[in-house]
Amino acid sequence: MGAAAEAVSTWPRRRPLTWRRARRGSVPYLLIFPVIAVMAAILAYPLYQLVRLAFQRYGLPELISHKGVYVGFANFTSVLHDGIFWHTLLRTVAFTVANVGLTIVLGTLMALLLVRVSKWVRILITIGLVLVWSMPPVVAVQVWNWMTNVQNGVLNYILTTLHFGNFDQHNWFASPFSQLAVVTTLVVWGALPFVAITVYAALSQVPHELVEAAQIDGARAWQVFKDVTLPVIQPVLLILTSLSILWDFGVFTQAYLLIGQPQILPSNYLMSVYLWEEAYFKNDYGRGAAISILMLASVALLSLMYVRRMLRIGEVDR
Amino acid sequence: MNLRSTRKLGWNVVGIAVFVVMAFPVFWMISTALKSNDQINSLSPTWFPLHPTVSHFSDAIHKQYFVSDLVNTLIVVLIAVGIAMVLAFLAAVALAKYRFRGRKLFVLLIIGVQMIPGIGLIIPLYVMLAHVPVLGLNLVGQLSGVIVVYVSAVLPFSVWTLRGFLLGIPKELEEAAMVDGSTRIGAFIRILLPLVAPGLVATSVFAFITSWNEFIFANLLLQRQGNQTITVWLASFTGGSTFVDWGGLMAASTLIAIPVVIFFLIVQRRIAFGLTVGAVKG
Repeated sequence: MGAAAEAVSTWPRRRPLTWRRARRGSVPYLLIFPVIAVMAAILAYPLYQLVRLAFQRYGLPELISHKGVYVGFANFTSVLHDGIFWHTLLRTVAFTVANVGLTIVLGTLMALLLVRVSKWVRILITIGLVLVWSMPPVVAVQVWNWMTNVQNGVLNYILTTLHFGNFDQHNWFASPFSQLAVVTTLVVWGALPFVAITVYAALSQVPHELVEAAQIDGARAWQVFKDVTLPVIQPVLLILTSLSILWDFGVFTQAYLLIGQPQILPSNYLMSVYLWEEAYFKNDYGRGAAISILMLASVALLSLMYVRRMLRIGEVDR
Repeated sequence: MNLRSTRKLGWNVVGIAVFVVMAFPVFWMISTALKSNDQINSLSPTWFPLHPTVSHFSDAIHKQYFVSDLVNTLIVVLIAVGIAMVLAFLAAVALAKYRFRGRKLFVLLIIGVQMIPGIGLIIPLYVMLAHVPVLGLNLVGQLSGVIVVYVSAVLPFSVWTLRGFLLGIPKELEEAAMVDGSTRIGAFIRILLPLVAPGLVATSVFAFITSWNEFIFANLLLQRQGNQTITVWLASFTGGSTFVDWGGLMAASTLIAIPVVIFFLIVQRRIAFGLTVGAVKG
């Protein structure tokens, strides 16, 4: 605002630091202070605690006496020598790849479909997507439980009626693969609306003339998508992919509740379920902290891309 | 019919199919909630309730702890969102309207923190809340422990979104107010606040939904029945028994989803792109 006024009043060159100016300069710091304080107490301090716990023996007795016993790297060696950890890591990576891949591909296809349908169909689909988007995960889990029920779940009925085979009394939770496949359908279903609607918004940035010019030049639909559409929506797809990786790598609620406590076994662990069982269920918080750190480190690597991109945006639109 | 409209028709058919598949679970939840038990337990399902009944809904409401856990949820969510909005708004003003040293670091913090999966912090938060440093309190099993966690969970997102809404306000309006002789604070209250009110509502509704839906921390911290939140209540609805009251379960699910759906419909347009805003031009 006062650029001109400032230029005039530059003499004397250095204005004395008055109380008033110091107060004005501190306003933004006063404004962000409460958020900083809360995040320090509820995020930074626990992170520090996490590192400390990882080097301690910290079980139920220690929880009661509020005092752990320093054990060096014992927790990490124990976790890294645990076959279950490596199997779980591998399974979680595979699960993440499958879920992210399905979410991004199906979401993009849905967005492309939204462009092509009539307006009333587009409104219909959007309503459906928003409805799905707003379903609380725990509610969705219970609906899935009901739909995949062995005795009279509607999924078995539909598949049998449509002649996909005989699914009468089919148990969808019989094998770890099948269990995680059902979890995948639930996770992907819940994530699709966000991806589809965001990509649809990005598609509006694709220059119409360019698409038409390409079509007149005889480009096939796939070529138009690859050479015209994709470069425009690529930044959005990149962000959606990294966000989805983060979310899907940490899936807990759906896997934990859908598979259900008595059936949660090392053979179907995802990373966060493993963490929960090892740390909380077995009251071994030191080991759990070591697992958490290994998990957070993987996630931090995955998220670098997203953070850098968002940071650039934060600077641009100031 | 020419080629173009045939093609459109084809896409519309695909579109309707997609709608049916996506919306089916929601439809099935509501449909089951309204059916009689005979109809629910029949081996060949019927799509619509023949004689719609609301008895499952009254069963769900009268089921043990439903009301108390619903009240708990409202207490937790409203307090957490209230606190978070005040704090987030102040920080958002700093980000949108001031230049200051460390601003970039703060933005990095706000974005980076959102990347930390909550599950990674359950261990230290549990240990910390079991014995709060300095104060020496035990907040495990207390609603206040959950409130504290939810405040910090929705803060980063709220700061970032509110900042976006504040940036949308033309600087000229503020300056005009100041020329009129208002102080910065005066300009802020008279000009900025009314303009940003819709953004504030949208952000708090989104924070409300996030906290309402939260399961992991509520499940970790609140173990005593009747002192839990509604998602934990719903998760333990079946109680491990082999006979499941599907009608009651779906009715309860519907009841818990309704406020979220209504709120979400209101704010979805405003908020949907918060996470990727500016990505296209960036």
